[in-house]
Amino acid sequence: MTLPLAFTWTEFAQQVTSGLAAGAIYASLALALVLIYQTTNVVNFAQGEMATFTTYIAWTLMHHGVGYWPAFVLTLLIAFGAGVTVERVLIRPVEHRPEIVIVILTIGLFIAINGLVGWIFGPEVKAFESPFPNRSVVVGGVSISIQDIGTFGVCLGTVVALWLFFRLTTLGLAMRAVAFNPGASRLMGVRVGWMLALGWGFAAVLGAIAGMMAAPTVFLDPDMMLVVLVYAFAAAVLGGIDSPVGAVVGGLLIGVVINLLGAYVDFVGQELRLPTALAILLIVLVIRPSGLFGRVVVRKV
Amino acid sequence: MSTLLELRGVEARYGPIKALHGVSLTVADGEIVALLGANGAGKTTTLRAVSGTVRHSGQIVFEGKQIARGKPDAVARAGIAHVPEGRGLFTQLTVWENLRMGAYVRGERRTLRLEAPRVFKYFPWLERRRDQQAGTLSGGEQQMLALARALVGRPRLLMLDEPSLGLAPTVVQELFRIVKELNADDGLTVLVVEQNANVALDAAARAYVLEVGQVAIEGDSAELRRHEGVRKSYLGY
Repeated sequence: MTLPLAFTWTEFAQQVTSGLAAGAIYASLALALVLIYQTTNVVNFAQGEMATFTTYIAWTLMHHGVGYWPAFVLTLLIAFGAGVTVERVLIRPVEHRPEIVIVILTIGLFIAINGLVGWIFGPEVKAFESPFPNRSVVVGGVSISIQDIGTFGVCLGTVVALWLFFRLTTLGLAMRAVAFNPGASRLMGVRVGWMLALGWGFAAVLGAIAGMMAAPTVFLDPDMMLVVLVYAFAAAVLGGIDSPVGAVVGGLLIGVVINLLGAYVDFVGQELRLPTALAILLIVLVIRPSGLFGRVVVRKV
Repeated sequence: MSTLLELRGVEARYGPIKALHGVSLTVADGEIVALLGANGAGKTTTLRAVSGTVRHSGQIVFEGKQIARGKPDAVARAGIAHVPEGRGLFTQLTVWENLRMGAYVRGERRTLRLEAPRVFKYFPWLERRRDQQAGTLSGGEQQMLALARALVGRPRLLMLDEPSLGLAPTVVQELFRIVKELNADDGLTVLVVEQNANVALDAAARAYVLEVGQVAIEGDSAELRRHEGVRKSYLGY
């Protein structure tokens, strides 16, 4: 096996930084999956498509002359409302059914949104504006694209904001309490149904951010989040499907590892990146099903 | 004393199995009432009917108003704190976060600021261990935390389900001592379900004995202690 390019640390650092940028996108979507898994106990297969749909909304807004950042914020608000609505209207009626029913529902939602996006916006690939200049900065001999820095900053900034929300606010605490023990939360006066809906809202916001950050590089088409969703799955499983910290760390790891393998391991190249992610997913499930940060409950009776 | 809680002919069922066959009882403002009975007599179900965690028919009136059926969150907001069987702690959250959840019902921040110091007076060790994960506390400490969490929300009525279960006798004594103190200091109204009739009758002014989903005997604690059936079946002498 020969290396496709001569190894230099500068090149390596560049691969790592662009891997981190991609990883931040996977982390956002993985965190969305974890948020819903924690409260609803299912993986939301429609998470990627919901993200795609909201990215199209952002595109439409910009197409009608709304500036990038106003469109960005507006899209997040719309995504939040849409997430809440999906939970209230579609998930709530089957809330107490076996989990497989909800899983099938999310797969149905996946297909429905995918079709809807194609029908409304057409199947052709669209260019999506990036808010960041197409330039690079050189840090210690390593050239890093501003696009990557911006993507990383926006995704990680959102994650930190969300973390602070869960730690510091009453509502955030109530949402965590509901994830751990919905029955006891009800006895504390918490409107559990609304907390679940808020969880779906926040997940949709994370998805929208992932979508808008991914679109400038992968371009906008109805299937654009499929690949990202697979990476996000791998990230969530790697980190531990019930661990928000794990989702973020897992996302960044997947981003970097896949990027490095693609660059330095001949046979992985461009084509085998996705199967590699699936292989990681499989290995984690076999060796350590709870993932790196999976919940270990300390309990004394 | 005015009536705080009144149950009239309350029935409840789990699927096809009827657990309560028309329970009637009252709890006056400021009193401690014990609910005694054997396993499966319907003690827990009675509390669950009040807190809305099981559906009931018949009437449950709290502060003169019909209680919301099957809506535990609304019942909690009305001022009833239910410490359920198994305590219902958030074991993965810290002691302090559990207390914050107790205050949620009345608006977390303000309530916590006002009530936490009062509660820490009764449980000084909680303040020192506020950052400990609740699941790592001992059984007795968890029961104390569950009680403290209920108190932070300053309930009008506190319902305790078998607080003595699985605890050492000294811990049980301590727990009931605190409950009696709260009752004496603040006039806290308590409805406590117990298998340990002795300790419950010590704390309570009055008691009801449930048998197969109905009230079989009721009266003052002293009276019940003298009752031959109660003595033989529940007090063991």
